[in-house]
Parts: sequence; structure tokens; C-alpha cells
Amino acid sequence: MSAGAAILLIVGRELRLSFRRPDQLLQPLVFFLIVTTLFPLGLNLQLSLLKDMAPGVLWTAALLSSLLSLESLFKGDADDGTLEQLALSGQSLTVIVIAKTAAHWLLSGAALVLASPLVAIALGIPSAAFGTMLASLVLGTMTLSWLGSIGAALTVGLKRGNVLLSLIVLPLAMPLLIFGAGATDRAISGTSPAGALYFLGSLCIFTCTLAPFAAAAALRITLD
Amino acid sequence: MNTAAEGLGVEAVHVWRGDRHVLKGLSLEIDPREALHISGRNGSGKTTLLKVACGLLRPEQGRVTWRGRPISEVRSDYQHALAYASHEPALKGDLTALENLRFMVGLKRRSSAAELASCLERTGVASCADLPVRVLSAGQRRRVAMARVLGMRAPLWLLDEPFTNLDAGGSEIFAALIAEHVSGGGMAVVVAHHELVLPTAARRLELPG
Repeated sequence: MSAGAAILLIVGRELRLSFRRPDQLLQPLVFFLIVTTLFPLGLNLQLSLLKDMAPGVLWTAALLSSLLSLESLFKGDADDGTLEQLALSGQSLTVIVIAKTAAHWLLSGAALVLASPLVAIALGIPSAAFGTMLASLVLGTMTLSWLGSIGAALTVGLKRGNVLLSLIVLPLAMPLLIFGAGATDRAISGTSPAGALYFLGSLCIFTCTLAPFAAAAALRITLD
Repeated sequence: MNTAAEGLGVEAVHVWRGDRHVLKGLSLEIDPREALHISGRNGSGKTTLLKVACGLLRPEQGRVTWRGRPISEVRSDYQHALAYASHEPALKGDLTALENLRFMVGLKRRSSAAELASCLERTGVASCADLPVRVLSAGQRRRVAMARVLGMRAPLWLLDEPFTNLDAGGSEIFAALIAEHVSGGGMAVVVAHHELVLPTAARRLELPG
């Protein structure tokens, strides 16, 4: 079976599995909505100030809620022996990492992107900046999924790897926050966000070409 | 003549787990139409040996060969030729038995739903095909995992404690399936810590504690 067909098969299975468990699918999304609602309530800001903070709030919440679902990326499969079967399926582990990470993005990142206009309206981000915001979130959440695949693969053998996973991934995700929030900020103030978006794009390509190999190597160590 | 050239060969394998020397220079060979029953007390390295044989675990010394070549060189061919059933059934509770099979077998080879359903029938769980695995009993899960081994149509079976949780009828079915596989030209390595009724041709290897 070709690598492409294997990726489609694995992605299809991941989607099917998670639609059987809608609660796990919705948790990060609800978390995202709640965190972004907490900021305006807690800070008691005027709308003009809120608008200045909005991109940062939106991006921080997006990063944190993507982290929630990362731990389970390989853990479920490692615990029930599925990972061993996948490793012996004749497909390379790199292909398996690519498929599982793509599915993870579809289920967490893409869902966040779709929910973000709602949050943006609540935070007072003008609709003219939505295009930039959506583009930056697509690139940012993809990059985070790739970075996260390395962290999830490294911590898969640990009993409570959740905190360690955050400690590994969050520092690496700082450029995303800076340039993602920066791009949205610039779009709000009416200057060109192109530079920041290009940088996010290059980060996305950089991680998606290298992370699968790193994560596969980490999984191989776990299986050993 | 090198007999290992036809099947699986494990050559002088040493494995340490932590600072325990689990496998001390173990060798074995298995050719088509042969079954090997590996026994030994808990902790004697039965599962470790099976994981080394299927390539999940790299031995510190020694090597594993498939048809005369090291498995690292023929990785993809070797993986297509083997069906490994680990101690855990490796099934997803939220998917039905048939979906579980379709996915795992599908990664190795093309198969039709009817064919997979017949595999479930041969292990006696045809009625569970459309039930989510989480509602099945431990013995039924074992039977679904065995149906997956059948579905892969691999010449080499590596089975880790396949008889756990099975009732008497299930043990008979499994032993018959292994016998049928071996007499049809297949190879089977079966780890089991108790006596079992394997085909008469089965060799026995007892791992020292």
C-alpha cells in the first residue's frame, strides 16, 4: 500500500474515532471559548483597550487549547498496543506520524480556526482583520501540531507527561505567538501583515518537513 | 545448506532490559511448515524474544534474519510477511470489530469486508462484527485479534499468549487454526506459559529462568 493511501486510511480512522467521542472533540474548543471570555471579564477594560489586547488573548488561548489534546496524540495507541501494530504495518513510522498529526490538526487546529471569528467579534476585532487573523491561525496551529508531535512522541512513555509536554512545546511556540498576534495586530491597525505571515508560513514549512522525522525517531525509542 | 534461508532465524541474540541480561545468546530457526512453542516462567524473556523476532526491539548483540537476510535490510518485506499478536489485543474500543480489522489489515493489504467477516466467523465471533469492541469480553477481544492475524494472510505468525482469557472451545479453535496455518506452509511462533495442544510437528523451546 502506498504511503498516500496509508495516510488517508489513518486520517479516516482518527476522524471516525473522535466523532465517536464528541466530548473529547469539544473540550479544547469550549476551553478556547471560556479562556477568551475570561479576559474581558477579569480585566474590566474599555473596548478600545480590549481591542489592543485582543490578538494576544486570542493567540494565547489558541496555543493553550491546542496543547490540551496533544498529549493523547500517541498515548492511546501506545497504551493499548496499537502503536506496535502500526510500527509493524509495513509503513514507516514517519508516514504514521504525518497521518496522525494531520488528523490532530483537523480535529483541533481547524476547529479553532472555525470558532475564532466568534471570539474575534466578542473581543472587538474589526471584521477587516479577519482574513489575516484566520490565515495566521491556520499557519500557527499547523506549526503547533507539528511541534507538538515531537513533544507528544517524546513524552508518550511517561505516566504523567502532560506538564513536561507543555514545558517542551510552549517555549518553541513563542515565535508563533509573537508573529501570529503581530500579524493580527497589524491588520487591525491597518498596516501590512505580510512580513509576519511569511514568517509564520516559513515556520510551518520548516516544522512540517522536519518534525515527522524527529517524532518518528522519538517513537522508535519508546517502542524499544 | 543453510536452512534458515527459508524462514525466520534468530542468531545468538543478547538483550539487556535495564541491567538484567534477559536473553543470553539465544538462537532459533523456523522454516515453513513448522510451529515453535516457547514456554518458560514469568520474566524469562518470552515476550522480549518475540519483540526481538518481529523487529520492535533491537538486540544488543546478534541478529534476526528473514529468508537469510537481516530484517533491517528487508524491513518492509518482512513486515508484510509477519502477523504479530501482542499480549494486548490492540483494538480500539470505540470502533466495531469489523472496523478494527478493516483498518489494521488495510494497512498491509487490500481486503474485502466479506473476507474480513469470514475471518471473524472462523474465530467464532461473527455475531460481534458490528459491535463496538468496548462491549466485548476479554475472550471475545482475543478472538477478534486472532481474526486480524488471519486477515493479514502473512506466512509468519508471532503470537504472544494467544490463549489467555479463552474458553475451552476457543483454545481448540485457535489450536486448529495454527495447525491449519502450519500445514498450509506457514510458520508460527507461539508463546504460552502452559501446556497446549499444538500440531504434533510443534517444537518446544523452554527459556531458562
